[in-house]
Amino acid sequence: MEPVLEIRNLNVDYGLGDRAVQAVRDVSLTLHKGEVLGLAGESGSGKSTLAYGMTRLLAPPGAITGGEVIYHPEQGSPYDVLALSDRALRQFRWAETAIVFQGAMNSLNPVHKISTQLTDVLKAHEPKLSEHSRNARAREMLKLVGISTDRMDAFPHQLSGGMRQRVMIGMALILQPQVVIMDEPTTALDVVMQRQILGQLIDLRERLGFSVIFITHDLSLLVEFSNRIAIMYGGRIVEEAPAATLYRDALHPYSKGLLGSFPALRGPRRELSGIPGSPPDLAGMPTGCSFHPRCPKAFEPCSTAIPVLGRPDIPDGAGRSVACWLHPAEQPVG
Amino acid sequence: MRYFLQRIAFYLFTAWAAVTLNFFIPRLVPGDPVQALISKYQGQLSTKSIQSLYVLFGLDKHQSLWQQYIDYWKQIFHGDLGLSFTFFPAPVSQVIGQALPWTVLLVGITTIISFTLGTGLGVLAGWRRGSWADGLLPVTTFFSSIPYFWLGIIAIYLLAGPDSFFPSSGGFDSELVPAWDQYFIPSAIQHSLLPALTILVSSVSGWILGMRNMMVTVSSEDYITVAHAKGLPERRVALSYAARNALLPSVSGFALALGFIVGGTLLVEIVFSYPGLGFTLLQAVGAKDYPLMQGIFLIITIAVLVANLLADVAYLLLDPRTRKEG
Amino acid sequence: MSIPTSSIEQVIPGQGSMAQPEVARPGRARRQRFRFLRSAKATTGLVILGIYVLLAIIGPWIAPYDPSARSNDLVQGPSADHWLGTTHLGQDVFSQLLVGTRSVIYVGFLAAIIATTLSVLVGIAAGYIGGKTDDTLSVFTNVVLVIPAVPLMIIITSTLNNVSDTLIAVIIGLTAWSWNARVLRAQTLSLRRRDFVEASRASGESTWRIIGFELMPNLTAVIASGFVGTVIFAVLSEITLAFIGVVNNGWNWGTILFWAQGQQALGQDAWWWFVPAGLAIALLGTSLSLINFGIDEFVSPRLRSAGKTKVKTAQGRTIRMRIGFTPVLESPMVQATRMVPTINTDGATPVAREAK
Repeated sequence: MEPVLEIRNLNVDYGLGDRAVQAVRDVSLTLHKGEVLGLAGESGSGKSTLAYGMTRLLAPPGAITGGEVIYHPEQGSPYDVLALSDRALRQFRWAETAIVFQGAMNSLNPVHKISTQLTDVLKAHEPKLSEHSRNARAREMLKLVGISTDRMDAFPHQLSGGMRQRVMIGMALILQPQVVIMDEPTTALDVVMQRQILGQLIDLRERLGFSVIFITHDLSLLVEFSNRIAIMYGGRIVEEAPAATLYRDALHPYSKGLLGSFPALRGPRRELSGIPGSPPDLAGMPTGCSFHPRCPKAFEPCSTAIPVLGRPDIPDGAGRSVACWLHPAEQPVG
Repeated sequence: MRYFLQRIAFYLFTAWAAVTLNFFIPRLVPGDPVQALISKYQGQLSTKSIQSLYVLFGLDKHQSLWQQYIDYWKQIFHGDLGLSFTFFPAPVSQVIGQALPWTVLLVGITTIISFTLGTGLGVLAGWRRGSWADGLLPVTTFFSSIPYFWLGIIAIYLLAGPDSFFPSSGGFDSELVPAWDQYFIPSAIQHSLLPALTILVSSVSGWILGMRNMMVTVSSEDYITVAHAKGLPERRVALSYAARNALLPSVSGFALALGFIVGGTLLVEIVFSYPGLGFTLLQAVGAKDYPLMQGIFLIITIAVLVANLLADVAYLLLDPRTRKEG
Repeated sequence: MSIPTSSIEQVIPGQGSMAQPEVARPGRARRQRFRFLRSAKATTGLVILGIYVLLAIIGPWIAPYDPSARSNDLVQGPSADHWLGTTHLGQDVFSQLLVGTRSVIYVGFLAAIIATTLSVLVGIAAGYIGGKTDDTLSVFTNVVLVIPAVPLMIIITSTLNNVSDTLIAVIIGLTAWSWNARVLRAQTLSLRRRDFVEASRASGESTWRIIGFELMPNLTAVIASGFVGTVIFAVLSEITLAFIGVVNNGWNWGTILFWAQGQQALGQDAWWWFVPAGLAIALLGTSLSLINFGIDEFVSPRLRSAGKTKVKTAQGRTIRMRIGFTPVLESPMVQATRMVPTINTDGATPVAREAK
């Protein structure tokens, strides 16, 4: 499969100089054309920081301290998003990668109509488009996400939470980007609405052919809706595998713990376990594998050396990677 | 619409409270102030005005307090605020009528300019943290700590004088007669420049700081991040997204702060002997002209309420959430 | 009077995202107190205010002359005998200033204590009890807020003859509480919905206990800021009243300005007569504003001006920290190998590509 976005050794800090706290460390991740890549972890694992960091939207005092984010455009040669000038970055944004944010309620500007917020993207990126075609395109997007076009002139407060999130999805697709990043897109919604919207999104992906990075703490959603899943802990990726493989046979004790903390939707019943302890404080990361204080299987190397993310030493190890001393890497990734 | 009616009901209630307050204050005066006034204005007061003074101070023993209160309201509805001592025998309403336009023009225009300018600078200071506009803050803090009237005195001392372009007192050249003509209007404008500048310098910093802080707060809202993520031009993010939302609390703050601002501006008029309500109030205070003082207080209160109502309308137009669709 | 400049005072109910006080955590309380003092602004303000309070206490004793005593040096400029010159009656301006400090500080603080007490009572009651009580108290607060305070004070004080400093403080206190009551009501409302208060209510703690131990500690900064703001307002009000001449017993800075204005100090070029009093007011006001900035930034760290907004990278480039464009800092070696792409701006988006 062709890659569309490659994150290479990305490091993101909060704060500067001595007081800096490393929130994302040495993350490498590849998103392929047309796939849904799930990114899971507890809060504080760095998954949202990763999403904001790679788009350079992280608010101060966040700073990117290293790495590359290589984007493969439909035409032309790949380039590093982190090296773009402000002007180029503005053009890149939304046209190539759009984002649906966590706070569905606050993502829309309360004082402007839906139509204004849909068309101002077109105005900024396609100045040559006439007003008529801008409006037509905005209406088309609303239809696409199942909102009646007579809501064009509505203000955000007149829409329900689910409708607002649909508007955001429609807005994300209005320039037909190759990549859509979704940061906890449905957390604020009820379960029925969650599945409805995600189902719709998967449909749209099949029709329009964009790729999705789907970030959530809810691993059960990822198992259902994504192709591949990456698990983050303490700012690092600890395991990455096809969704079905991970669900069936997670290798990292942390992944197992996450999987054990929600009831199975299909298939045989499993025992609910959960993970003892709490996520590490970014300012005081444990030495070695940062999960070792909570890990039921921690042994001698775990507290001293950081395990490398790589292909595990098991028979079906192809296409997956893990960072755990239980399964030392055969071939490190990156 | 319901919101609007609520606001109107509130202002009517406030107006009632102000009138009632006005009714009771003279009744606080110890002793018999009317006798003191009669002896002060030996023979100048007519029987009618002495009688109205007794009514004003609630010393008319023949009437119950309730009856006095009803009578007071009747007087007000007839536009009768009593007779002024200072400008005897002119009725208070006439004295106020002459002073009011000066104050409304000077204070009204200057306050609007100050609000607009301060808000604009606040947008700059809040959007570009650490830029030159942020450096204005300490300077403006110092200026906002100075009483308006003292700044006026200093302005006169430094800038006005016989040889200066700025006249040091009055609202127009004393050789002119008030009229809407090519001699009077330029003179009136010339006389209002220095008082206006004084009010501007003292009041602008509050708006700058308020708007800056709102910009900083709004800048971390989700929709601002979304606007950046959409790749919109910086101008549009700053103005149409951040400033547009930061303006809302500023406008309601504007309405609420008016009561404070008016107090300060009245004093500027006094320093510049500007023929508005503030200067008239000073004369009334000096002469213990109670009817005039009370009339001025009432008119100022009503003017502030009207300004509040206008700010409410502006808010209604700016914030779609207060508009209820039919 | 000056417009309230504290951002906390800008909180308007129903506006959402205002500066919310950070909920204090028990263990961090001490560290936070230190952090407040570490703010240069707050420390400067407190030091200046301390000097004023000291002068308010000892001023009348160290004044070289009786401020009302006349002499033959009429309208003299500053000299060794009279550091700040003399008035039209030969009174010593410096002594007037020193003696007047006591009245200013006394009225400022007493009025602020009265107004703060009232605002705490009304604001917290309205915010915590809610319902009809809230409606009534809110309307009452707003009425007092909208009625112009200074003209009202002028009328009341000139109606009552010969008011003492204490009475002036009471009058100012009674007219100046409404703004803070409004702010406190909004803060109480938002705190009341927080989990820890809900939990206390659910576990049946008494209302007084919740208000005293759960709400008050989290409102301290807001109350303090309101108090400081009211001191500024009260000082300016007292000086205004004295300047107009409705209050004229004893010396304060307003009285000095009243005589200077009335006796044509301007026309006689007697700057020493009116400049020092005004500067004293401005300096006091600035010190109080600085304290309030300190409290403000302590409460909502986002407002801290400038701070570290610029970063020097390893290559010596300066990058500004700003929202929407996270800086990319890294070692020079990596930077050198980085290819800077050019994006074809024409038809950069798929929409445009499709249109072609």
